Order: sequence, then C-alpha cells, then structure tokens
Amino acid sequence: MGIKQLWHRLGSPRWFFEMSRRWPLIFGGLALLLLLTGTLWGLAFAPADYQQGNSFRIMYIHVPTSLVAQSAYIVMGVAGFMLLVWRMKLADMVLSAIVPFGLSMTALSLFTGAVWGRPTWGAWWVWDARTTSMLVLLFLYFGLYALRQAIPRQETAGRACAVLALVGTINIPIIKYSVDWWLTLHQPASFTLTEAPSMPMIMWMPLLVNVLGVYCLFGANLLGRLRLEILKREHSTQWVQEVVTSGRL
Amino acid sequence: MKLFYRQLRREFIVMFESLEEVANPLVFLFLGITLFALGTGGSSEALRDYAPAIIWVLVLLANLLSLEGLFRRDYEDGTLEQVVLLARPGFLPILAKVTAHWLFSGLAMTILAPLAALILYLPGSALPVLLTTLLVGTPALSLIGSVGAALTVGLRRGGVLLALLVLPLYVPVLIFGAGAVLQQMGGMDTAGQIYWLLVISMVSLTITPFAVQAALKIALEQS
Repeated sequence: MGIKQLWHRLGSPRWFFEMSRRWPLIFGGLALLLLLTGTLWGLAFAPADYQQGNSFRIMYIHVPTSLVAQSAYIVMGVAGFMLLVWRMKLADMVLSAIVPFGLSMTALSLFTGAVWGRPTWGAWWVWDARTTSMLVLLFLYFGLYALRQAIPRQETAGRACAVLALVGTINIPIIKYSVDWWLTLHQPASFTLTEAPSMPMIMWMPLLVNVLGVYCLFGANLLGRLRLEILKREHSTQWVQEVVTSGRL
Repeated sequence: MKLFYRQLRREFIVMFESLEEVANPLVFLFLGITLFALGTGGSSEALRDYAPAIIWVLVLLANLLSLEGLFRRDYEDGTLEQVVLLARPGFLPILAKVTAHWLFSGLAMTILAPLAALILYLPGSALPVLLTTLLVGTPALSLIGSVGAALTVGLRRGGVLLALLVLPLYVPVLIFGAGAVLQQMGGMDTAGQIYWLLVISMVSLTITPFAVQAALKIALEQS
C-alpha cells in the first residue's frame, strides 16, 4: 500500500478501527514484557551507583516517564496541525486520547523526581531548570484538559484544543531554553540516543529497555483509547452497531 | 493598512468611552504592590530584593485581567463575526485590536512602572533596565494572551480557564524580564535577556495573529 493511499485511509475511522484490532494487545504485551524486564533488571541486578548508592535506581522509572511525557505533547502538536489543516477526524481523537496519559506521566515523573531529590539534594522540591519545565508542562496538559471540558460541542472543542496544542508546541522549546538559562542545578540529560552513554553499559541497558517499554505503553494506551473513542463517536453508524452486536471487538 | 488604522481608531473611541475599564488593571497593579508590601512587613531590603519579581508578576496578572474583555464586547454585539468574515486580510483588524490592548495595558504599565519601582525601593540604576524589559516584553504578553482570549471568548466562565491557558505560556517572558532586572542589580550584563524578550515578541508577532484568527473562527462556529 502506497503512502498516499494510507494517508487517505487514515481519514476513515472505520478502516482504522478494523485494522488496529490487534495492536493494543501487541503493544500492551510488549510494554509489559519490556517494563518487567527493565524494572527488575534495574532494581535488582544493576550495580549501585558509587556516589548515589541505591537511590539512583528510581531513574529507571523517572527518565522514561519524563521522556514519554514530553514526546506525548509533541505528538499532540502534530495531531493538532493535522486536524487544523486536513480536518482529520482521527487527529481530533488522538488529541483527546493523549491528554490523560500525558498528564499522568508528567505527574509520575515529577513525583519520582521528588522522591529521588529527597536523599540526593536533601529536599523534596528544588526549583531548578528541569523540574520547573516539567511543572510547566503539567500546567500545559491541565490547560488542554480544561479547555476541552469547557467547550460543549465536541468538534469545536477538538479544534480549539488543536490551536492551543500547536501554540504550546511552538512554545515548549522557548520555555525549556528560558528555564534552562534561569538556573541549572539538575544534572544534564542522562539519556540521549545521539551520544555515547556517560554511565556504564550495565546501568544503561535496563534504562534503554524501560524507555522502549514505556513508549510501547504509550502506543497501547493511545490505540486502546482511540478505538474506544471511535466506538463512542461513531455509535450511531451501522458498522459500529454491527461490530458491537456481533461482539467482534 | 487602512483597515488596520480604522480598527485602531475604533478601538481608541471605545476605550476612551469606558476609561474606567482601562484603568482597572492599572489600579490592580498598585493594589497588588500594596498587598505585597503589607504581606512582607514593609521592610525595604526585602521589597527591594523582590521588586523585579513583584512588578513583573503583577504586570502579568494585570495584563491577564484586561485580556478577558479583548474580544468579548465585539463578540456579544456581533461585530466580531463581521470582522472575521469580511476583513481581508483577516489578521489586520486582529493586530489592531491587540495593538490597542498593548497601548492601554503594556505601555500604560511601562509608563507607570517608575512609580511602582519607587514605592518598592528598586535602586534607580535598575530602573532603565526595568523599563526596557517592560517595553519589549509586554507586546509578547498581549499577543500570546490574545490567543487565549480568542479561544475562551464564547465560553460563559472563561476567566480562570484563560489564566490556566495563558500563564504557562508567559513563563519565558517573566524569566527574562525579571531576570534582567535582577542581573542589573547584581552588576551583570543584561543585553542577552533583552534580546531574548525581543525575539519572543517578534516570534509572537509573526505567529499569534494567525492563531487568533483560527481560534476566533472556531469560537464563532459554536454560537
């Protein structure tokens, strides 16, 4: 199937629903496997850090959640663009399906950061660059959530959120830069794909596994919510009624 | 361009007719400063140290308060619909409205800022930097805020929502604005932050009018 054809088919929720039947299960299974492996490996088998001792192990949750929380917002920006330009129904659903996941991942990242900060920095909360920009990201997610709740008509709400997500996505680099400039107490990113890891391989590998796992979780969550959203929004169409009554979900 | 000036003139007429509405955010600015002074016990050292933060945060909030009315009146009497439908290019009247908003909020607050600096014991040497940052930073506030105002214009209880949408986007302006004044007080160079404020204002100027246009169309659809 050519790209152009795929593009046109993405406009049809029905096609997407039927094609993606097994995907949440596949992604969910992969996520479970990877997260279990990575977490067990990281918590039980990776060696303790020579400076931070065992407290560094929370990194295996903290880093993946932070990464996926930021990626999720960027995905929303892309979906917002697609919705505004091509009026793609699916993009609107993506936009509404990501918010709860992004919100919870951002909150989890802030929480694990606080737990790590207590033994390491001696305080639950430190106003440094990265924690602050994560907090701002949390507020951005809240804003999107609140805007959608405030507008009664679904289609209007979707497009309004798309505008907000786009403006937010343009703003994220500026916010990040300004906050970085503001104060930097936090260590530089401990996980980048472009540079050789600064930690030993045995500590880095579980992190990689967990990062992949949390992205699979993102995929599973997004696809599951999308399929549910399709059923909800298209509930009056014949094909949805057939699917539901025949139990071929 | 004619479209721009006509809209600007119209905004002026409306604003002069309801001067109390224009004055409210400015009064709020000084009321807020008073509350901060009362809350900190009025010690001159504490107030001087926090003066840049207090002034900038209150400018942000006062700006936010005045934003709610930016499109509301025109939305309610139907003018907004005509403007969005008929004006070509459509961003010009929007830009005129935002310009008028800036003149009566950002610029007005910049002009009143020396008074605010005086009662907060800000050292005189830091005043030029404060005024410069306000002058180049507040246009970004009006521009970014106009997107939020456009998104919430049709909603009955838009006030708190507007704050929730707009304030996170104000973060960089606050950081560079207050940061520059603090650095000046610490005897450091401030050109970098001022350039950054200019960049943010310029980028907002090029992007936000189109976002506002899209948002207004969406808001008008639901009415």
